[in-house]
Amino acid sequence: MGTTATASPRAGRTNAPKHAPSRMFRLWAAILGALPKLFWTCLSIAFFAGIWEFLWYIGWADPRLLPPPHIFLGNFAEQAQFFNTAERWTIGVDASAGPSPTMAVLLTIMATILRVLAGLLLATVASLMLGIAIRYWAPVEKLVLPTVTLLAPVSPVAWLPVAIFLFGIGNKPAVFMVFVALFFTMVLATISQIDSVNRNYINVGRIMGATRRQIFLRVILPAILPGLLVVLRLNLFGAWMVVLIAEATGVGYGLGQVIMMARNTFNPGLVFFTIVIIGVIGSVFDFTLRAVQARVLYWVPKGQASMGGG
Amino acid sequence: MGIAMTSSAVSCRDVGKTWAAGSPRAHEALRGVDLDVAPGEFVCLLGPSGCGKSTLLYLIAGLEKLTSGAILAHGQTVNGPAPERSLIFQEAALLPWLSVWQNVTFGLSLHGVSTEERRQVAREVLARAGLSEAFDKRPDELSGGMRQRVSVARAMAMRPRVLLMDEPFAALDVQTRAKMQGFLLDVWHATGASVMFVTHHIDEAVALADRVAVFTARPGRIKAVIDVDLPRPRDVEAPEAMALRRELTGLLRDEVDRAFAEQEALTSAN
Repeated sequence: MGTTATASPRAGRTNAPKHAPSRMFRLWAAILGALPKLFWTCLSIAFFAGIWEFLWYIGWADPRLLPPPHIFLGNFAEQAQFFNTAERWTIGVDASAGPSPTMAVLLTIMATILRVLAGLLLATVASLMLGIAIRYWAPVEKLVLPTVTLLAPVSPVAWLPVAIFLFGIGNKPAVFMVFVALFFTMVLATISQIDSVNRNYINVGRIMGATRRQIFLRVILPAILPGLLVVLRLNLFGAWMVVLIAEATGVGYGLGQVIMMARNTFNPGLVFFTIVIIGVIGSVFDFTLRAVQARVLYWVPKGQASMGGG
Repeated sequence: MGIAMTSSAVSCRDVGKTWAAGSPRAHEALRGVDLDVAPGEFVCLLGPSGCGKSTLLYLIAGLEKLTSGAILAHGQTVNGPAPERSLIFQEAALLPWLSVWQNVTFGLSLHGVSTEERRQVAREVLARAGLSEAFDKRPDELSGGMRQRVSVARAMAMRPRVLLMDEPFAALDVQTRAKMQGFLLDVWHATGASVMFVTHHIDEAVALADRVAVFTARPGRIKAVIDVDLPRPRDVEAPEAMALRRELTGLLRDEVDRAFAEQEALTSAN
């Protein structure tokens, strides 16, 4: 087995030991392949943080306005006291009661993540269904598509008052904001994905005797899935941007609410601290979706039905 | 529509097709096409590009509706696609999210055939196509020629009585193309299906066909049907084959010239 190291994974002809080394090989290749990227990511962050620290060191960056990373990241408890305040600052509750600083930060992050996911899920399901309906039934297209096209370029910020009129304050308007920011563009994206399905895939299905339903489930849906995941990934950033705006209006607690509070209380360190959190979480989301995407694009051949993975 | 020519595998009666009929962009692709293909016969459709020969295949496959005339397959009017009339495209059109064996038995899976039975069918069909090794591979791991063989295997898994082929080897290099022609003839002999094969290569028509139907430029009509009475396996360098090539070249040249002139007129008009 030790001699297989230089062989390519496909070169092995023997059956039994073929899988184990190739899988190990691929795992190591993946890890080694990711190392340079990780290195450059760290270097990139260190580079810009370094410039910032240097500007602070020579006195150009005023720590009251632009506190460098070692200051706003240095005292976690100091920053954490502003998280999850809605519950701890309620009248009658001891200010020191409630979750620990770490828990407070995590609770706040989770609240925002759940809003993003709820909006994203609703928008994805609804836009997929509407996009399909538009492509499958001409009357729906004629009736609905012009309005969708009209509303697609409207900035989500314009929907903010509508969200408040409709849902008041709380989670609902925030989720609505995420939803409305993604919904219209995702409908259009779904339609263009369906239109770009290779005609011959559909023809193959028809020749083989597929029903309309089978053509949709077995041909069109798997064909558009990779494209939809790309759209989803791009819209994920959109969802993160808009959820902060929505949270600034009045939710119990959330990252957007923390930033708004930091603005109102003139606390730039808290702003930068929250920005770092948002950046890290957004990247983790993107990374996760990309991993899902990679699995879908390189479809595992040993699947039971072609419908898995969605 | 009667049971007119039950002896024909495919029977085209005065078939006409106009795309976008009734609109200002209407253009006539086929006019008055009469053609009969006997069971087990190999017919090549030869003509300049854009002459509507592919359109005829789509009409026979039932993927498009004809504007006039009638098409019968084994005595039944064609009014939609069916697995017994399988169409093979210029690109293999394998579903990229399915493995080779799943692609081959895609049609069976639509009709609820069990996985075990499907694997069995796939094993047999792939063995005949010389692709047993590719059973579990994904389409993107195969070469162009292998992909096209899988697409033929996929059609064979449905046991078609008519195999419609729309320039299936046009995208392949010369060596692969020659191999694929041999493979196709093997499949044809083994299954006894009728084959209608669209090409614009005279050599390919001479190498493969029992009869060659030469099409005119647009709108496509059948200009001549030439019998190819050459023994198989064929030697395309034999004098008889050369004579036939010359004859077909002559028939085709006028049409290519006309198609060319028409295209030039179109471009200058725009």
